[in-house]
Amino acid sequence: MTKRPKTDTPIIKLSGINKTYQVGDQPLNALCDIQLDIQQGDYISLMGPSGSGKSTLLNMIGLLDRPDNGQYQLFDSNTELLTEELRANLRRQHIGFVFQSFHLIPRLTALENVEVPLMLSGTAPKVRREKAIALLTELGLKDHLTQLPRQLSGGQLQRVGIARALITEPAILLADEPTGNLDQKSGHEVTQILERYNSNGITLLVVTHDQALGKRAKRQLSMLDGQLVNDSKTLAPSKVMPDKTIAVQTISNKNRAELT
Amino acid sequence: MNLADHWLFSYQALIRHRLRSAMLLLAISIGVSSVLLLTSIGEGARLFIEQEFSALGAKMLIVLPGKKETTGSAPPIYGTTPRDLTIEDSETLKQISNISHVAPIIAGTATVSNQSLARDIIILGTTNDMFTVRNLKLQQGKKLPLNSHIRATPVCILGAGLAQKLFPKTSAVGQWLRIGEYRYRVIGLLEQRGESLGLDLRDMAIIPVQSAQMLFNSPALFRILLQLKQADSEAKTIEQINKAIAQRHEGEADITVVSQDSVLNAFDKIILAVTASIGAIAAISLFVAGILIMNVSYISVSQRREEIGLLKSLGASASEIHRIFLIGSLVLTIFGVLIGIVFSYSVIFLININFPDIPIAIPWWSTASASITAVVVGLLFSWLPAKKAAAVDPILALRGEQ
Repeated sequence: MTKRPKTDTPIIKLSGINKTYQVGDQPLNALCDIQLDIQQGDYISLMGPSGSGKSTLLNMIGLLDRPDNGQYQLFDSNTELLTEELRANLRRQHIGFVFQSFHLIPRLTALENVEVPLMLSGTAPKVRREKAIALLTELGLKDHLTQLPRQLSGGQLQRVGIARALITEPAILLADEPTGNLDQKSGHEVTQILERYNSNGITLLVVTHDQALGKRAKRQLSMLDGQLVNDSKTLAPSKVMPDKTIAVQTISNKNRAELT
Repeated sequence: MNLADHWLFSYQALIRHRLRSAMLLLAISIGVSSVLLLTSIGEGARLFIEQEFSALGAKMLIVLPGKKETTGSAPPIYGTTPRDLTIEDSETLKQISNISHVAPIIAGTATVSNQSLARDIIILGTTNDMFTVRNLKLQQGKKLPLNSHIRATPVCILGAGLAQKLFPKTSAVGQWLRIGEYRYRVIGLLEQRGESLGLDLRDMAIIPVQSAQMLFNSPALFRILLQLKQADSEAKTIEQINKAIAQRHEGEADITVVSQDSVLNAFDKIILAVTASIGAIAAISLFVAGILIMNVSYISVSQRREEIGLLKSLGASASEIHRIFLIGSLVLTIFGVLIGIVFSYSVIFLININFPDIPIAIPWWSTASASITAVVVGLLFSWLPAKKAAAVDPILALRGEQ
């Protein structure tokens, strides 16, 4: 992995992002006036109860979702103005996804799964094959190249998933509960891999329930009811007053009941 | 995603979802096969007729007594006229430069007998030119005497079947038999050739045209078969024939000249229409295959929601997903078409080998149109499912929700 130069200008700049879903009769504020800057090479964890909007924020950053209003600047692009085609292009260039349930294509081998993003971007077969083999070897899967997902263990599956996310050399790695389906040992391995690439310069954003994993991040964000309630960068549970937290918590429980 | 990768991706989806692919391939190939096999039957009929005509020899004209003024219908069999067409008329036609062979024909039925064995059969009175014009061959003996149009020699040539019936134990050639009131010597046997345009030559006897005139006691010719030297000056030749006959028939060309081409064309048109309508009926099965493609594609989109969501998160745009699914169907359809074609041609090949008498073949246009129709139907019917796939919400799909 090439080391990326660290700069002070944020590569991701969210300002005033709102997103509302219609759940049953009433609207649910999934994201509420989100302000967030992310620097190149950041290691960020995003925690919060389910239904708090973590995944929505992750999808927003990953350009899978569009905000109702607000601005999202990724590198130099104002993404809210772009067509679906251009957003897909940006996603392909800059963003890698790692999923809790791996999401490998069951009929493709480990190697073919890793090749898919490069296939989508139209890289020549020989080039992408070499690249995928190198990456899988780096992640200790040299002996599992031609195996189908059902023949691999959870830890191996997630390593294939990480290889697939990394093969396009993205600037940002978005991991949604990357260790959620793994035992402790595999989970630890996966965490170490992610952190290794982060120290090489990739920006890592991990959504997790796991406090231990969350605490490892240099910058920790907490979300509650669509709002960022805690950012370790600003060093205090700043915006929200304790009594408001409780009030919000009750609504949150109500919303959660409706969500599930 | 470039084209080769599209194919690869679709191919992988095809061979690694065996049951689904097998079902679709079956449907498409049955559709294609039914079109090909059904049209091959029509084409077989056309070939049969073509074969019959080519056996007549090329560049043939038929002169019938009596004028038929109608055009565009089937050729007239009998015309009515006060003036018979005679052997002398046919001799006159020999003077036309483009005519190489003239075969006058007197036809009638008579009883042929050899002692107690008797048959009522068609007797053809003609000359040696008949053998050239209708491409007849002898298996034994010799042809009619060269002066058949002048002398009523008491000789005959028998069809193979008739000879078998009248002379079951001995060779027919050299034997005497009785036709009507006269006795004839058998001088030749026709080759076993089967039917020719409804005339079963196997059960016929051929005698000199003068002998037939004597036998039936009438100078009237049934028709005259002409063979031309050059086919392209057909129209001019017909004009000359009319003129020559008019001179002999008090200024009236009371004959009808039918060319082989016009007859063949009439048959061709009919058979083509029949074949096309059979093909259209068979195309319904292609349509059914198309609907099956649509159903299975819809199921496939539901099954592959997670994959679609994933591809989107990996940077595939909606139009790319649309393309992936369309090309998936295209690959499947093309494989199905190939299987259908191979299957149909094998069936026809086996029929041709085992039953060489049945002229059956798949017309090229039905192969082409069935293939194109199948591909178009395949694309058309996977358009909606592909559109549905492209519209999948990646977030929900990845979460495993509908």
